[in-house]
Amino acid sequence: MGKAKEILRGAEIFIRALKEEGVKHVFGYPGGAVLHIYDELYKQEELNHILVRHEQGATHAADGYARATGKPGVVLVTSGPGATNCVTGIATAYMDSIPLVVFTGQVPTHLIGNDAFQEVDAIGITRPCVKHNFLVKDVRDLAKTIKRAFYVATSGRPGPVVVDIPKDITADSCEYEYPETVDMRSYKPVVKGHPGQIRRAVELILSAKKPMIYTGGGVILSGASEELIEFTRILGYPITNTLMGLGAYPATDKQFIGMLGMHGTYEANMAMHQCDVLIAIGARFDDRVTGDLKKFCPYAKIVHIDVDPSSIAKNVPVDIPIVGDVKHVLRDMNVQLKENKTKPDAEALKRWWDQIKEWQSIDCLKYDRKSKIIKPQFVIEKLYELTKGDAYITSDVGQHQRWAAQFYKFDKPRRWINSGGLGTMGFGMPAAMGVKLAFPDAVVACITGEASLVMCIQELSTCKQYGLPIKIINLNNRYMGMVRQWQEFFYAGRYSHSYMDALPDFVMLAESFGHVGMKIEKSNNVESALKEALAMKDKLVLMDFITDQTENVYPMIASGKGHHEMHLPPERELA
Amino acid sequence: MRHILSLLLENEAGALSRVAGLFSARAFNIESLTVAPTEDPTVSRMTLVTSGSDEIMEQITKHLNKLIDVIKVIDLNDSRHIERELLLIKLVAKNNNREEIKRLVDIFRGRIIDVTENTYTIEMTGNGEKVDAFIETLDKKIILEVVRSGISGISRGDKGI
Repeated sequence: MGKAKEILRGAEIFIRALKEEGVKHVFGYPGGAVLHIYDELYKQEELNHILVRHEQGATHAADGYARATGKPGVVLVTSGPGATNCVTGIATAYMDSIPLVVFTGQVPTHLIGNDAFQEVDAIGITRPCVKHNFLVKDVRDLAKTIKRAFYVATSGRPGPVVVDIPKDITADSCEYEYPETVDMRSYKPVVKGHPGQIRRAVELILSAKKPMIYTGGGVILSGASEELIEFTRILGYPITNTLMGLGAYPATDKQFIGMLGMHGTYEANMAMHQCDVLIAIGARFDDRVTGDLKKFCPYAKIVHIDVDPSSIAKNVPVDIPIVGDVKHVLRDMNVQLKENKTKPDAEALKRWWDQIKEWQSIDCLKYDRKSKIIKPQFVIEKLYELTKGDAYITSDVGQHQRWAAQFYKFDKPRRWINSGGLGTMGFGMPAAMGVKLAFPDAVVACITGEASLVMCIQELSTCKQYGLPIKIINLNNRYMGMVRQWQEFFYAGRYSHSYMDALPDFVMLAESFGHVGMKIEKSNNVESALKEALAMKDKLVLMDFITDQTENVYPMIASGKGHHEMHLPPERELA
Repeated sequence: MRHILSLLLENEAGALSRVAGLFSARAFNIESLTVAPTEDPTVSRMTLVTSGSDEIMEQITKHLNKLIDVIKVIDLNDSRHIERELLLIKLVAKNNNREEIKRLVDIFRGRIIDVTENTYTIEMTGNGEKVDAFIETLDKKIILEVVRSGISGISRGDKGI
């Protein structure tokens, strides 16, 4: 005889289910449709609710938390505008395969479709940018649906899941039982790779003369860094990471030849172009990575490992596809590599590395380190030195993001947190809140620009309320730098609406929210200012660095060009 | 090339819009789509006619499989199969052409299912080409209304989906 089941209201079931899922923090904003739930939140202490200042901030904070910890981020918002304000954050997480569970309130079931107050079809609006979404129509389905939502969000290729809960469901009661397992006949993610494919891939990989390992965010999502390091070391092959994949392989290791793609290093892009075997792992051949597809890796046979079959052969035909979780597939490959009698061709590899070293000698990331005007790269290099490469770095979108990716050398996964796929300005600061909440003792810095920063500036208030002493590195060039760069290169310097004429005084701005603001205008003050800010461990410091307005991100592959057609910094441009 | 995809999906509100949304979001083409519950009321069967190169068909199939509500996808083109479409058509049928229409309907093995003084309503099943052929045979001026169900398909032989 099982014991009698408890009868609980929907709102109570919600709280219990979240606890069952091990949720610690919920990022949210109350409103009419979720008031029953907020009443239950009030009555308990285990779940920590972070009251944001705008629902977009909640999704980015939950997203930052998820990227840094690997656990799903949880958001709770009301119906209507609460839900629509989340859409940018949900799409951001979707593009980068980040597990989020977003609970949106909904008008009571009998009012759905009536254009009721704060009603919006949240399921319809979010459908194209979620992994899946659910509308709960009966309180008896609530616990099961929450269980499924967490399962779908975190398994296979992760992604955001929306659960839309009408208000009456949170007031209704039923017997409560939280399911222990999930079985969905229509959703069975593949984990293990096909052994025959793995064997064929290993043979091809060992036959390479000019091999290249190209890895993306999938390695980080799968928690496969150790396996990737072992794989790369066994082979001795060069490795590059995508913007999303930085940190999966230690950037300071000698086999790492930098990021690839539009603003990747000369050596990484040239090696991509020249390689004869490309090993793509948890990467999706994004257009910012490949450049012109017609010119992409013209000499290479391609192995592609990905958990999502639809990522394989989407943009680029693949010779040996392997569907499976990267961690499992690499583990199996490492076993085979060690057992295989064939070893990598040492002589060919030496010639290949000699070629790569020649490319490296061009020093494509060089900039004027002696400049009196602050170079943005210099700030990031100093931050890297002072934090010993061990900080969590979030960023927004634009030049500062690419410089952060180029100049902060990430040796560990989950330290580099940025909106790679959707390119969401305003992501960095709320994401840093989520990271800081997860790792209160770590240094969490948001490298941003003045245009991105103001997009979610209201969250400075949340940081104050919950004591989240992040460091904001504002690389302030008074321009939307990346837009300005494109206008300089491709629109004959017609800087159409990329200049901000009326920026706030960021020092006063920070102070008005109860934080510390600093303005740094000279290169020789950069290091001391950073030291001072980092020493204020319990203060949020907004550092406003007035940087060189004309600095551009190099190398650069213009659209329609191939990996071998990069622009280098003007003084290093090859004939 | 034209392909007929057969899908089993959860009979849930929204499942259809997930499929339709996928096609519009990824710029895949839908020629026709029909869906109804199966003998198991929790499962719907959908037949979807689309076209594309092998690469595009591979992507369509993969993306359909990725939808959480989709249980199974098969491309009926991969094996021998039968396709049928239902046509309901209302025609002007007056004294002078009633016989002629009746004869045509017989030739195409259709049936007249409603008759008024001025019209015939006809039902006919067949593959898409047959339905096209019948409609083309008719004088455009007498066609009042055309309703086509879209293709339903099933594979030949012992095996089920």
